[in-house]
Amino acid sequence: MSSRFRILLPVLSLAVLLAAVFYMQPRAMSYFGLNLLFNLAVPIALATVAQMMIIMVNDIDLSTGTFVSFVACVTATFLNDAPLVGLLILAGAIAVYAALGALIEARQLPAIVVTLGMSFVWGGLAVLILPSPGGSAPGWIRALMTAKPPLVPMAIVASVLLAAVAHFVVMRTSTGAILRAVGGNARAVSRSGWSVIRLRAGAYALAGFFGVLSGITLVGLTTSADANIALRYTLLSIAGVILGGGEFTGGRVSPVGAVIGALTLALAGSFLSFMRLSPDWQIGAQGAILILVLAVRLVFARNGRRKEAQHG
Amino acid sequence: MHFGAVRALDGVSLTIRPGECVGLIGHNGAGKSTAVNVINGGLTPTAGTVTYRTTGTGAASARAAGIRSVFQELSLCPNLTVEENLRIPQRDLTGPGWRRRARQRIADALDTVFPGHRLQPRMTVGDLTLAERQMVEIAIGFAEGAVPARLVILDEPTSSLDASIARQLLDHVRDFCNRGGAVIFISHMLGEVFDVATRIDVMKDGRITDSRPRNEFTQQGLIDAMGHVATAPAEARKETSAAERIGDEVLRTDEGLTARRGEIVGLSGLAGHGQAEALARFFLSRSKGRRHARHPEVVFVAGDRGRDGIMPLWSILRNATLTTLPALSRRGIVDREAEDRLGADWKKRIGIRTDNMNNPILSLSGGNQQKVLFARSLASTAPIVVMDDPMRGVDVGTKREAYEMIRAEAAKGRTFLWYSTETEEVCQCDRVFVFRNGRISAELTGDEIDEQHILAASFEMKEPAE
Repeated sequence: MSSRFRILLPVLSLAVLLAAVFYMQPRAMSYFGLNLLFNLAVPIALATVAQMMIIMVNDIDLSTGTFVSFVACVTATFLNDAPLVGLLILAGAIAVYAALGALIEARQLPAIVVTLGMSFVWGGLAVLILPSPGGSAPGWIRALMTAKPPLVPMAIVASVLLAAVAHFVVMRTSTGAILRAVGGNARAVSRSGWSVIRLRAGAYALAGFFGVLSGITLVGLTTSADANIALRYTLLSIAGVILGGGEFTGGRVSPVGAVIGALTLALAGSFLSFMRLSPDWQIGAQGAILILVLAVRLVFARNGRRKEAQHG
Repeated sequence: MHFGAVRALDGVSLTIRPGECVGLIGHNGAGKSTAVNVINGGLTPTAGTVTYRTTGTGAASARAAGIRSVFQELSLCPNLTVEENLRIPQRDLTGPGWRRRARQRIADALDTVFPGHRLQPRMTVGDLTLAERQMVEIAIGFAEGAVPARLVILDEPTSSLDASIARQLLDHVRDFCNRGGAVIFISHMLGEVFDVATRIDVMKDGRITDSRPRNEFTQQGLIDAMGHVATAPAEARKETSAAERIGDEVLRTDEGLTARRGEIVGLSGLAGHGQAEALARFFLSRSKGRRHARHPEVVFVAGDRGRDGIMPLWSILRNATLTTLPALSRRGIVDREAEDRLGADWKKRIGIRTDNMNNPILSLSGGNQQKVLFARSLASTAPIVVMDDPMRGVDVGTKREAYEMIRAEAAKGRTFLWYSTETEEVCQCDRVFVFRNGRISAELTGDEIDEQHILAASFEMKEPAE
């Protein structure tokens, strides 16, 4: 029952926000309008899914933003000029993520510290690769991101596809169940003979994989990169996971919710510009929306507990 | 089997054959859990061997031999569904259709063990009640798998089940053994053990002291077998002073805990039966408000020093004066000289073994760290002192000194609430409340305070209800 409520709230918040946007700007209710509204949401949604993989195992990733920036720089330079080298670098980055997960579990380090440190490493590497904004997007990714499928804009198709894939991997496969079990009760998992080191490394590798996709798609949209291009993704991705019904601890995450949460945050930006709010205020206003939704969720949760107490 | 210097198991020899149900009983720290963890491969014995049907040792071969454990503390993942939880112990649930097979297995197991249950494999465990979770855990223990269950270890399986569900479990255990399975059944409900076991092994101080077929035991005989041979006769007790020392009642809680001025009240029973919670509830209810900081009514002596006792980075002095800081400060600024005086005073009074109170607290031994925690509480003016198993891991000499100190403080009119897992300590008290299943099951005073009575009140005597 509670899991059904969990997904209801993000869906509702997105619907309310979308209705408000359509009310203020009826012309947004078109193929072109929707594409504009959600275009930048795809890389955010991918970064949010990456963050969700980490939160799923009770950790948090403070390096998401700089990692996506790093990947964007690699994409706009190496992946464009020497695709093989580019792919190797990106595969290496995923391996580094996996190694971090193993290290965090093996040495029982706080993930928040390790990923904070890594954020400077990724940021530094990004500056080394691309000291000034530039580079160019590989043609195939540019073509993919600007494709115009019939009826539904690309941004929506990509989001739905992402939600479906993430849901299948995390919620349906048996490996996904074990990964979530690490977040729920790591002791029970290791007592049954699983290597929690390998499981955590796996979760981090998944995060690295989705982070790489986020960086690539971002360059596909912007056509060039910059070492600071995605810095705000760190907080956006955490907010997206929580907005989508996830919790910081206990392995309670929802991939579909996370994607919806990311779309909501992206839409909030557009909504605020429709309200002619200056961009300076937008981040604060996004924060206000986040607090509002979380407050509603808290009220729901409290009512649920009270009801349970009456039944019990 | 050692843990550091502590010998947890000492020459235990236990053989379990198919069709046997062994009831394993014993008091706190008798070594039951350690024995179980050695059997299921979770711990490697420092000496001796464990032999399974399969070759090899360790957790993997224990699993391959069909040994399943259902632990006392819940080991499910609350964020997963019932069927997904089966996936954790069962490695073969992979590939397409794993969910369907898991659902089938867990549903079958639940139907066989607990007919008439209302659990669905798709329910999220976090939404279930405590009893339902325990049912799921037991069902996972008996569920069909790649390796069928041959030996199921049940550690306090009925602690949160009601009588009729517990009866279903006992029936299933008997049935399982008749079909050639084996069960180790650990319970504090002696009635259940008598009901289901074919053999009863009694553990005491890391040894199996008695092992006989069930029908050769009586319940009273079992209680006697669990008790210590009176090694250290309770030293000359404080009978003389008790009468004049104890005054009017100073506290009374909802669950029936009472204490009078100058009295040392013990809380006893098996570990984890609500004693620590009762103390915490009482302490929190009396320590609210701003006035508490300067004139505390209750102070707390922690037993789990690492978790809620010492500040590991602070000096001995800072640790000792923590509770009394408000009294030592003028306008928000700590009077260093008064603090030093207080520290020196208590160093002398309870003999903290250090040459400098400014040394880090971790330079002290466990026993001396505990003395610092005593000093922290006793230096205050609080009339009531709550102690949560304060002598955990403390050497005998320090214990003696602490007993003296507690008695001396009680003589000055302080009241002590003392939870202890060790009977010897409980016997130092004027009055003892024995807890079972979160409630007080007995109140003992004077000569009644001995191991026999405490054990009898800790274990459920009556037959499980129909």
